[in-house]
Amino acid sequence: MKTNVTIAGVTFKNPVMTASGTFGSGMEYSEFVDLNKLGAVVTKGVANVAWPGNPTPRVAETHGGMLNAIGLQNPGIDVFIKRDIPFLRQFDTKIIVNVCGKTVEDYLEVVEKLSDQPVDLLEINVSCPNVKEGAIAFGQKADALYGITEQVKKHAAQPVIMKLSPNVTDITEMARAAEAAGADALSMINTITGMKIDVHKRCFALANRTGGLSGPAIKPVAVRMVYQAAQTVKIPVIGMGGIACAEDAVEFLLAGATAVSVGAMNFVNPYITEEIAEGIENYMRQYHVEDIRELIGAVHE
Amino acid sequence: MTKKKKETAVVISQQEIATDIYEMWLQTELAASAKPGQFLCLYTGDGGKLLPRPISICETDVKKERLRIVYRVAGAGTREFSGYRSGKKVPVLGCLGNGFPLKEGEGRTAFLIGGGIGVPPILQLAKERGAEDKNIILAGYRNRETFLKEDFEKYGKLYIATEDGSAGIKGNVMDIIEKEGLHADCIYACGPMPMLRAIKTYAQKQGIKAYISLEERMACGVGACLGCVCKTTEKNSHSNVNNARICTDGPVFEAGEVDI
Repeated sequence: MKTNVTIAGVTFKNPVMTASGTFGSGMEYSEFVDLNKLGAVVTKGVANVAWPGNPTPRVAETHGGMLNAIGLQNPGIDVFIKRDIPFLRQFDTKIIVNVCGKTVEDYLEVVEKLSDQPVDLLEINVSCPNVKEGAIAFGQKADALYGITEQVKKHAAQPVIMKLSPNVTDITEMARAAEAAGADALSMINTITGMKIDVHKRCFALANRTGGLSGPAIKPVAVRMVYQAAQTVKIPVIGMGGIACAEDAVEFLLAGATAVSVGAMNFVNPYITEEIAEGIENYMRQYHVEDIRELIGAVHE
Repeated sequence: MTKKKKETAVVISQQEIATDIYEMWLQTELAASAKPGQFLCLYTGDGGKLLPRPISICETDVKKERLRIVYRVAGAGTREFSGYRSGKKVPVLGCLGNGFPLKEGEGRTAFLIGGGIGVPPILQLAKERGAEDKNIILAGYRNRETFLKEDFEKYGKLYIATEDGSAGIKGNVMDIIEKEGLHADCIYACGPMPMLRAIKTYAQKQGIKAYISLEERMACGVGACLGCVCKTTEKNSHSNVNNARICTDGPVFEAGEVDI
């Protein structure tokens, strides 16, 4: 039984990854999960310098999901290289570093500092809804997305995944722009912009007022967008959005994702990534699937 | 450090000990490693409610592997918990956070201060400090529903303040210190932010350390999501900014370390 998948020439032992921002750099969850069992760890977004993030409250629960407005707090690329990469290198898993920035130059500085680092792929975050400058400004207009993808590709030593925002009118237009600019893969979806109001205190639940919605509540939207993108572009798509069990992961594969990321559900069940990797194998045994690639995009018109 | 773990605890008993304040004893192997000031994350049985509810540990019975939690019904999740009866299974993540530093107060007279639903974690602290003659327990309540009073009386000299004056002195915990002319070498505290701010100011004036337990909306509970941060006076070594994670670097901080 073959569970390995390949994205941009990098082979992952299985398609299960962690969604950026929900798993730190793996250290916290390594108390619960054997990181060696995961296809890849996708790190929390890292910028050229340390970012303090947004004021609290930064998280709020919603039905079947949660809102977050962390604001990309991160220690900056220098600390990240010194501390987080060596930690992750102890494990037999692939490392995908999520890169964020306020300007094109910010992104390029991080990308260049990572060029001689032992990381496998870069994921460029142009879709965080919780920071005012940069980030999503590059992810909601096709020409801006094209521009930053092209720039990053020029400077990156590793293959580049563009992480797309669902907060757009036409996801296929964004997917096409990233592919045309040379992206090696796409990941989607980032969180959906939302809001919660506390009716007892009559105030916003989040200090940032709006936040990104994640969790099982968004899964059908994510599956639809992954399907649309996978039907549109030739580059691989990494699917995510509310994955809570192996069946959900398989659903994304069938919709056309080559790999999947587990995000908010880590907070519900800290063992879940490893359980999903095992559960996919059980699914394959149950349905006599010899090679996981048989599942990728198997459901289409 | 003991490994954190998510496991299934079993409810031993449940009792409403004041209006909307419940006491629940849980059978769980997490009891073996619990430290005063640490907390548990309890998950509801409602699939629509994803996130765990962080609740402080009130008392530990290591021999019987039991933990006592005392919590306020604040919403639908805690309302659900309050309906649990003996035998009910509850998914629990624990034991989380750093807990109160016992060593820093060893052999010293300490104010152990709890306000409102911040009162419960003070109990196990008082118990584990051992020295009853060195425990000055100050508990602030809304009214005469002075839950845990009998327990506290066993582990130190207890003073009570109530907002409405229906029990103890009328006022807050800081009023007790002033009115009774009390002194201590250090402070441990858990309670509402205005109380913690007053304690910080008092401790600085007295030149003594105050270990205060903070709270914030949490998601992961294990330090990964960066949801529950507080401002720190100096750059935090993990975040590389002036933010610390309440769930992991705290919930207990020396008051001088945090900007509250």
